[in-house]
Amino acid sequence: MKAVVTVMLKDGVLDPQGKAIGQALAGLGFAGVGEVRAGKVIELELAETDPTRARATAEAMARRLLANTVIESFRVQVEPA
Amino acid sequence: MKPGIVLFPGINRERDMAIALERAFGHAPRIVWHTETDLGELDLLVLPGGFSYGDYLRCGAMAAQTPVMGAVRAHAERGGYVLGVCNGFQILTEAGLLPGALLRNAGLRFISADCHLRVERTDTAFTAQWQQGAVFRAPMAHGDGNYFADTATLDRLEGENLVAFRYVTARGEVTPEANRNGSARSIAGIFSPNLRVLGLMPHPEDLVDKLLGGEDGAPLFASLAAA
Amino acid sequence: MTQRPIDAALARDFGLSEEEYARALAIMGRPLTLAELGVFSVMWSEHCSYKSSRTWLSQLPTKAPWVIHGPGENAGVVEIGHGLACVFKMESHNHPSFIEPYQGAATGVGGILRDVFTMGARPIANLNALRFGDPRHPVTRRIVDGVVRGIGGYGNCVGVPTVGGEINFHPAYNGNPLVNAMTVGVAPVDRIFLSAAAGVGNPVVYVGSKTGRDGIHGATMASAEFGKDAEEKRPTVQVGDPFTEKLLIEACLELMQTDAIVAIQDMGAAGLTSSSVEMAGKGGVGIDLDLDAVPQRETGISAYEMLLSESQERMLMVLRPEKAEAARMIFEKWQLDFAVIGRITDTGRFVARHQGRVEADIPLAPLADQAPVYQRPIAEPAKPAELPPARAENRWGLAEALERLLGTPDLASRAWVWEQYDSTIGGQTVKRPGAADAAVVRIEGQTMALALTTDCTPRYCAADPEAGGRQAVAEAWRNLTATGARPLAVTDNLNFGNPEKPEVMGAFAAAIRGMAAACEALNFPVVSGNVSLYNETEGRPILPTPAIGAVGVIDDAAAAVGIALGPWLDLVLIGQTRGWLGQSLWLREIAGREEGAPPPVDLAAERAAGDFVRGLILNGTVRACHDVSDGGLLVAVAEMAMAGNVGVRLSAGPREIPGHAYWFGEDQGRYVLAVPDGPAVVRAAEAAGLAAVRIGHSGGADLTVPDGGTISIAKLRAAHEAFFPAFMGS
Repeated sequence: MKAVVTVMLKDGVLDPQGKAIGQALAGLGFAGVGEVRAGKVIELELAETDPTRARATAEAMARRLLANTVIESFRVQVEPA
Repeated sequence: MKPGIVLFPGINRERDMAIALERAFGHAPRIVWHTETDLGELDLLVLPGGFSYGDYLRCGAMAAQTPVMGAVRAHAERGGYVLGVCNGFQILTEAGLLPGALLRNAGLRFISADCHLRVERTDTAFTAQWQQGAVFRAPMAHGDGNYFADTATLDRLEGENLVAFRYVTARGEVTPEANRNGSARSIAGIFSPNLRVLGLMPHPEDLVDKLLGGEDGAPLFASLAAA
Repeated sequence: MTQRPIDAALARDFGLSEEEYARALAIMGRPLTLAELGVFSVMWSEHCSYKSSRTWLSQLPTKAPWVIHGPGENAGVVEIGHGLACVFKMESHNHPSFIEPYQGAATGVGGILRDVFTMGARPIANLNALRFGDPRHPVTRRIVDGVVRGIGGYGNCVGVPTVGGEINFHPAYNGNPLVNAMTVGVAPVDRIFLSAAAGVGNPVVYVGSKTGRDGIHGATMASAEFGKDAEEKRPTVQVGDPFTEKLLIEACLELMQTDAIVAIQDMGAAGLTSSSVEMAGKGGVGIDLDLDAVPQRETGISAYEMLLSESQERMLMVLRPEKAEAARMIFEKWQLDFAVIGRITDTGRFVARHQGRVEADIPLAPLADQAPVYQRPIAEPAKPAELPPARAENRWGLAEALERLLGTPDLASRAWVWEQYDSTIGGQTVKRPGAADAAVVRIEGQTMALALTTDCTPRYCAADPEAGGRQAVAEAWRNLTATGARPLAVTDNLNFGNPEKPEVMGAFAAAIRGMAAACEALNFPVVSGNVSLYNETEGRPILPTPAIGAVGVIDDAAAAVGIALGPWLDLVLIGQTRGWLGQSLWLREIAGREEGAPPPVDLAAERAAGDFVRGLILNGTVRACHDVSDGGLLVAVAEMAMAGNVGVRLSAGPREIPGHAYWFGEDQGRYVLAVPDGPAVVRAAEAAGLAAVRIGHSGGADLTVPDGGTISIAKLRAAHEAFFPAFMGS
């Protein structure tokens, strides 16, 4: 299976990178852009073939290493490899 | 007190730290590799600055998961001394030995410049050789030094008097301009509740020699050597 | 690509001329394979072969008693005492930095670091000489931002302090910025590692990162000018991994404590091809590579791609066979790839096998000996006329002009840039960026220190390349001297336009002539360097920019002086002042003209003044010292005052020189000294046959100039520090 882990700063944690991207977009003339948040996406190729177990493994990885839950939240999507 | 430097791949301020420790302790620190788990008779473990694992994923995240960190945690739980500077501070927060996290600097740029720090308490093994409220200079050199913790944690740190150093002006005032990386409540360094673990972002080890601009950082190491 | 026939048309796309392709065919005596065409095209590119510049480079003096290795090795090596050697070189990464500023600059730093630790030296300092386009040009800001971030991102992570360098802005660099990176390292004199392979049967070992498809044909890209399609060349830019580089430094230096290494070379431009060809060629042996054994990051990489890849952070070594296992353990400890990918042979041939086929089999001697060398036609540059006095009429007060000058891009404070570079790591930086005319870095465990600088004044070189070449060398020598250091040697980075244009080649030849004269007179040999040609965009060349990197030594680091002025000191000017405004910054920025001849350098006077000043610094007389360069005397004094945060009251200059010419002229060979007893220093200088005059005294918080003007140091500093934050928007 393939697991895609999306890691974002939690709401309430200042995201200066997102803010800078928003300002740059405004500078380029893109109007109507509200809040911008920057995060990261981690793609994992897993040997596991069962989607439920693959999700559980990826979530354990995210809690242990991929995200710092003091400041970040994460979301796991599982799809066929 | 016997000091040791814990070395992870990508750490790069270990030489600076070794020089500062040797000046204060009179002997060279032992170097502990990230795969080691037996810390022997060491009393003080120092996690120096650098870019462990390239700062990839998050600063300090991968170093926090190495075998040696289990031993560092056990050492801290036994009441042993631990000092984390810059990346070392980031590793200690990632490992949960100190609360909070270090975010990207508010201005999104690496900052290499001298800053002024105010010593918030002197009844610790790390700060005994300073006067209460003393202001000293230290180089900072980091891209992710913006201290963050939730309000409850910040209130607890302040309530329990666990803030070690704050970014201040040369006159000792807390101002937004003096807090260049945007840290919450101008926090530059914090203690663990038992005052045995200290993490800070700036580099006192790079200012222990008059020839290199001053000896402002020396009291940290002298305090430890005398503890 | 494999669809196309291997013929002269393909060779031309690879950068080989018809004549060069014919020569390659003659050497081979049969049609070339794609991999072989790749090998010929990169080995015979301007970047690797120096085919246009080689005949001129031989004019540069390269010898002195302290020179251990001059040009021809990965970096130059000079003896500095106490059994130690300084290993250093400067190299350009101009073209990649235009295409992708962050990665271009970062990999430039990575590449020059490898040139230095390849020789067994631990890198102790980085510098960089940067030239950007007009700040008002729309792309300049993005390039400055990326280059500065890239230099910092790489240097900070590998843990080598970035301690100095220079930055100029000029519209001639709008489409072709210059990024010249310099690394300085230190090694024991008896532990210098070279690249000549030896020992038939010895294993050829690949270490470092895996090979991908990065930067294929980077070396040929560096040898062609940009057209409008520069954007599309983006995929050839390499990506740097400073974390791996740091591990590679530690692993290589650990291995170098043993006697395992016979020869070692980094894989820089043209990657595996140039490193293996050069190692075997220098050793007069053959080399047999098994490309299947090369660690690979992607699947399906062809032999051609593997030979030409410029993936970063890779090294090639020839090891003693009985030590190979011990070496493997060191690299595995540092989590780096280690693979035996070939053997040294006695065939004198470069052979590369892949998937059971011989993909390349080239005789090494003719590949090197028959490499093209061009005696390009040159057009001797016209000597500019001296600036007529009427063209430099003054309408501005000294303080007003000074305040404006200090805020211009070429003179403004660089603090915004320096503060993104870690300059203190290593715990040995005695003089940080901006604190002295040269950076001063102590050698760990020693009392001695190295003084380091990069210098070039492109506007002088554009007006008169020979005078500009002389001046660049002299200024580097002067900047080292101004700290108290004894100048030792030079690395040069010669950045010019298209060598097929006679006026470009004429400027190149003239600049070399000027540099050679200065190096000769100052006993300041060139020990390493790099040539970067085709720095043009859409037919417009850059200003001729022969950047000089230089190293000096000071036996007691504590004796080094900086520029920061203290209170209650006399300011003494050493050296002759004529009021030379031609090509000065005053003329360009205040009067709005780029005209006239640049200031000449009298090399005998240069040496006499420098030796005198160095003596005074080393005997403790001098509290601060600053050479007089861009912006002239008043700018030099203002820089000292701002650095020390103290005022100065200046006395009037001689009546026969107009005030603005005296205070803003850029006559060469001059220093401002801050000393407790000015008259005594003036007498000593005059006794030594030097022009000397007490020009003022420090104290208070204002700069008072002789035409009646006064300006506070705080106001000067505000003007000085405003440009970069305003330009870069932070």
